[in-house]
Amino acid sequence: MCGIVGLFAKSTEVEERLGEHLAAMLAQMSDRGPDSAGVAVYRDPAPSGASKLTLFSSDPLQDWDALAADLRNAFGGAPEAGVRASHAVFVVDAEASEAEAWIRTAHPELRVMSAGQTIEIYKETGRPEEFIRQFSLGDFHGTHALGHTRMATESRVTTAGSHPFSTGLDVCLVHNGSLSNHNRLREELRRQGIEFQTENDTEVAAGYLAWRLREGASLEQALEGCLDDLDGFYTFLVGTADGFAVLRDPIACKPAVLAETDEWVAMASEWRAIAVLPGAAAARAWEPAPGVVYAWERQKV
Amino acid sequence: MTEAAETTAAEVVDLASTPLRELNQRLHDLANGADGPRRWRILNPNGAHAVACGIDAEVEVEIEGHVGYYCAGMNKLATVRVHGNAGPGLAENITSGTVVVDGNASQSAGATGRGGLLVVHGDAAARCGISMKGVDIVVRGSVGHLSGFMAQTGRLVVCGDAGESLGDSIYEARVYVRGEASELGADCVEKELRDEHRAELAELLLQAGIDDLDPSDFRRYGSARRLYNFHVDNAGAY
Repeated sequence: MCGIVGLFAKSTEVEERLGEHLAAMLAQMSDRGPDSAGVAVYRDPAPSGASKLTLFSSDPLQDWDALAADLRNAFGGAPEAGVRASHAVFVVDAEASEAEAWIRTAHPELRVMSAGQTIEIYKETGRPEEFIRQFSLGDFHGTHALGHTRMATESRVTTAGSHPFSTGLDVCLVHNGSLSNHNRLREELRRQGIEFQTENDTEVAAGYLAWRLREGASLEQALEGCLDDLDGFYTFLVGTADGFAVLRDPIACKPAVLAETDEWVAMASEWRAIAVLPGAAAARAWEPAPGVVYAWERQKV
Repeated sequence: MTEAAETTAAEVVDLASTPLRELNQRLHDLANGADGPRRWRILNPNGAHAVACGIDAEVEVEIEGHVGYYCAGMNKLATVRVHGNAGPGLAENITSGTVVVDGNASQSAGATGRGGLLVVHGDAAARCGISMKGVDIVVRGSVGHLSGFMAQTGRLVVCGDAGESLGDSIYEARVYVRGEASELGADCVEKELRDEHRAELAELLLQAGIDDLDPSDFRRYGSARRLYNFHVDNAGAY
């Protein structure tokens, strides 16, 4: 059992209070996933030519300002450390792939949680309530966000094994369920050049999506490919720079609820996580059908 | 009873301020004819689990909003109405009484139910009436895949469509579908709709408060009895 939440703002009021709403939703899903929690928040796009990285350090004394200076020396600009608990966000004057490669070489002790223009990923072991407090989740503004509370079944309870899993630039995945063919699929994807950092089943689904997207599939096509290539139980919520998408496996044992008002679109494992949103009582609410991709995207200006 | 009297008679419990266990305990305390309110109105369920679960008393409970898992589970004698949607396991193992949902029900509605009536005015998701053992279920909308799986006795009435594998491994429950049954499960077959079935359907629709449908528009499904009733001649079917 795990808990999933997602919120997509359709008004500036909801954008400004995104973190507050996300925190309330995530807290409702604590019982479904007391082992660890995580969120992906989409906000404050990096300028063109620059990119945004979220980094994790297991060292509580990590000197993030020194890293900012290193990044300035390497790429120029004026990167500053946006520190939240064990994570820090940097806007770097370089393409995401270049900045990510530099971090992996120069600072192998750090873990890149996310890379792209707008995505920020924060995740940590422990009770979701504690995560919400440590990471000051209520402060966030943003256009849309995903969250996850984990009850581990397939692999160890670690920060790296927590969700969301980044699946490529600005793309991430949260998962309720368990996959049974992840070992074989991981080997196949490794041969395709996809890198994995854990033995976690969800990371394989994330890698699968990254591979399909790299090969030119649309997000919808990549998700539909899951129906053929993944064996197991899943409700997936996938975040992109422009929105999010939901897919349940055809057996559909894992719950999911969708709801929409003029102000927001919300997805959650259970209604109680959506009931905390303003105007929820009057929202259109329904259960997504098995094997069908539901997607919302921001209007591209 | 006048409308005013009905209103004053209802015991209002707001789950925004009252713990769920307190509500359910008060409802359980009404068993065996104990004194107490016979009409209840529950506010702000907000997706809570097990609301009005385990009642064993002739009471009426109105729930104003969406509920989570296992609402009205193990219901006996009571009438429970949900003015909203219900989560998984609605009225699971219902024994008697009536459970009505205005909106949609998630998966496994009426699972293992032994008696009573469950009415869903919207759609019910997958596995509606799974392993039902005597409950009657009427769904105004459609049901998802594997509905009526291993259904033993009772009637499942679907006014809309039924998803894949309807009535898979069904025993002696009777299934009626007005719309499309996209794919029947193992050992589930269409059967002739005779007058006694039309009469049965008319009675169930009446009980569910549905008066605009003609029983003759339904198709009947049930067990081919090749799977559960083992004969060595049928070994090839296993």
